[in-house]
Amino acid sequence: MAAEGIDEFDIRDYLRTELLPHFMCPGCGHGIALRALLWAVHEERIAKDQLAIVTGIGCSGRVGGYIDANTFHVTHGRPLTFATGLALARPDLEVVVITGDGDCLAIGGNHLIHACRRNLRMTCLMLNNEIYGMTGGQVSPTTSEARLTTTTPYGNAEPTFDACGLAAAAGAGLVGRGMTLQTVALKNLIREALAYRGFSFVEILSDCTEIFGRKNDLGSSPEMILRQKGSMRPDFYGNTVEHPFRPNNLTTGIIARNERPEYGDTYRSEVLAPHGHGGAAAGVSAPVE
Amino acid sequence: MGAGQRINLQGNHACALGAIAAGCRFYAGYPITPSSDVAERMALELPKVGGVFIQMEDEIASMGAIIGASMGGAKVMTATSGPGFSLKQENLGYACMVEVPCVIVDVMRGGPSTGMPTRPAQGDIMQARWGTHGDHPIVVLAPSSVSEAFSETIRAFNIAETLRTPVVLLYDEVVGHLVETVQVPDPGSVARAERKWATGAREAFQPYAATDDDIPAMARPGDGYRCHATGLTHGERGLPTQNPAEVERAMQRLLGKLERHRDVIDRFETFAAEDAEILVVAIGITARAAKRAVAEARRQGIAAGLFRPVTLWPFPEQPFRALAERAKAILVPEMNAGQLSLEIERLSGRPAKVARINRLSGEPIEPAEILKTIEELARHGR
Repeated sequence: MAAEGIDEFDIRDYLRTELLPHFMCPGCGHGIALRALLWAVHEERIAKDQLAIVTGIGCSGRVGGYIDANTFHVTHGRPLTFATGLALARPDLEVVVITGDGDCLAIGGNHLIHACRRNLRMTCLMLNNEIYGMTGGQVSPTTSEARLTTTTPYGNAEPTFDACGLAAAAGAGLVGRGMTLQTVALKNLIREALAYRGFSFVEILSDCTEIFGRKNDLGSSPEMILRQKGSMRPDFYGNTVEHPFRPNNLTTGIIARNERPEYGDTYRSEVLAPHGHGGAAAGVSAPVE
Repeated sequence: MGAGQRINLQGNHACALGAIAAGCRFYAGYPITPSSDVAERMALELPKVGGVFIQMEDEIASMGAIIGASMGGAKVMTATSGPGFSLKQENLGYACMVEVPCVIVDVMRGGPSTGMPTRPAQGDIMQARWGTHGDHPIVVLAPSSVSEAFSETIRAFNIAETLRTPVVLLYDEVVGHLVETVQVPDPGSVARAERKWATGAREAFQPYAATDDDIPAMARPGDGYRCHATGLTHGERGLPTQNPAEVERAMQRLLGKLERHRDVIDRFETFAAEDAEILVVAIGITARAAKRAVAEARRQGIAAGLFRPVTLWPFPEQPFRALAERAKAILVPEMNAGQLSLEIERLSGRPAKVARINRLSGEPIEPAEILKTIEELARHGR
C-alpha cells in the first residue's frame, strides 16, 4: 500500500531495467536491501536526478549499478571518501553510500570512523552478510565466531565487530540496524536515515545463502532469513558473557542518536560565510553554461 | 595574463595560488613534509573564493575525496610527497580509468620509505609515470622554479579539464621551499579551460562515447543524465563489460587519448641546444644547475646545450630525438639512482652515449659538478 499522497511504489521506476536479470545469487539478501532503499527513496520523494549512489567493491558494490540514478562504483573500501568529496562539493545531492562488511569495516574502517566523527550529511548502508562473497567466501570482520569460511577452514577464531556500536561511539548522528526479514521496518529505517541532516549509518543484516550459508549448513534462504529473528551468534563457541560485542539478540531500529551540527552546515556558516560565501546549499562546482 | 603584482613566494605557496587562479575550488589533503605548505595555503585561500578545504583522515581518503568532488563538478587538487603519493596510487588509477580531471602535487623528498623527509630528491620520476597498476594514461609536469610552480599548476588544471585526465605536478623539495619573486597576474586574467559537459538529449547520451577528439563529455550529477561510473572496464555506455572487442576499443581510446593531444600537453625548454655536441637533460632544480653549467661551458668554447622537459610524461619525444641525434654525448644529472636516464637512453638511439650524474645524498647537484662532467665529455668523448 502506498504511503499517503504518494503513488504506488514500483521498483522498476528506479532500476536500469535493461540490466536485468541482476547478477546476485539466488537467495541473496542484497536484492531485498536494494528494494528497501528504493522504496524509501520513493516515499521520501527524492528525485532520481538528485540521487547519488556511491559504492565500493564486493557484492554490495555491484548493487548500485542497477539503480537508475547518478551511480559511482569506486575503489575497495573508499566509497565514504569519494562520497565526502561529492557531498561537500554538491550539498544539493542526496548522497547514499552502499558498502559491505568487508568494504566498510576492514579495508575502509578508518574512513567509517572519521565519516561518523565529521557528521557530513549522507546515508551509509552497510550490507552485512558476514562474508567476502565476491572473492569466494573468505572470513570478514563480522563473520560469527566458529563459522567456516575458505580462510577459516577450522572455524573462525576471531571475535566479530559491532558496527553500530563503533558508529555510535565515533559520533554518527544517526545509527540504526535493520534486517531483510523485516522489509517494511527496514524501509522505514532507511527513510529516517535519508531524512536525517547529518551522517546516518544503517547496518542491514543480509544473507549470503549460496556461499556462506552452504558452507555452514544454514539451510535455504528462507531458513537463513528466519534465523535473523533469533540469535545471530552461534552458541557452540565460547561464552556469550565473554563476548559483549555480539549480543545474543541483535537490536534493530534506531540504536543511537548523537544530535550534532551537520559538518557542511558548520563549514559554510563558520568558514565560508565570514568571507561572504556559502549560502545554505552553496556548492563549489562550476556552473554549467 | 594581466599586469598583476610581483611578490616573493615559496614554490609550494606559488602552487597553491596557481591552483586558485586556475579555478580550483576543492582541496583535500593530509599533512606530509615537504608538501604541507600547499595544504596550509589552500586552507587559507579557498574560503576566500567560496571553495572547500578538507584535511582528510589519510592520503587515500584525500585522493578519494578530490575525485568525488571532481565527479560532482569541481576543479580539484591534492598535494603530497613520496610516501603519500604511493598511497594515492590506487585511487589515481581509478581517476585515469574513469577519466576524472584532478591535479596531484608530489613534492619529492629522499626515499624509499620514510627516507629523508626534509631533503630534496627526484626519486618519483618513475612512480609518477607507472605508480598505479595497469596501462594507463597520465600527464606529469615538472616545474623548475617558483614562477613555474605557479604557471605550471595553472597548466596542470587546464590540461586535466581539457583532456579529462589526472595531471601530476612533480617537483623536488628545493623548488617547493625556494623563495623567488613571482609575477602573479590579476585574478580573472588567467586563461581557464573548462570541462566538456554533457548537453543535449539525455536518452542518447553515452558517457564514454568514442568522440572525434577521443574526449567524451562528462555528465554532471543533477543534470538528468544519471550515468554510471566504474573502475571496471566499461563500454561507451559506462557499464561494465568483458566483451573483448568492446574492451579493446575502450582501452585503445583511453591510451591513445593523450598521444592525440600532444599539442596541449608537450612543453620543453632548450638552452643553446641547437648545435649542442654535449646535450644535458634535466628537470626541476637540477635543470637550473645544468643551465648554469651549460652557460659556463659555452664561455669555455664547449658546444654544450640543455634540454629540459617541462612536461615530463608523456616525454616530448620528437623534439628531443632531433637534438639527441646531433649530440655526441648526452648527460643526465638527477637526484636519484638513474630514472630519467632510462628514458633518455631509450630515446637517444645509442644508449652508450648517455652519461649520468646521480645523487642519493639528499643534496642538490651543483653546477660545478655538471660542468666538470661536461668538460670531461668534451675532452674524452663518450
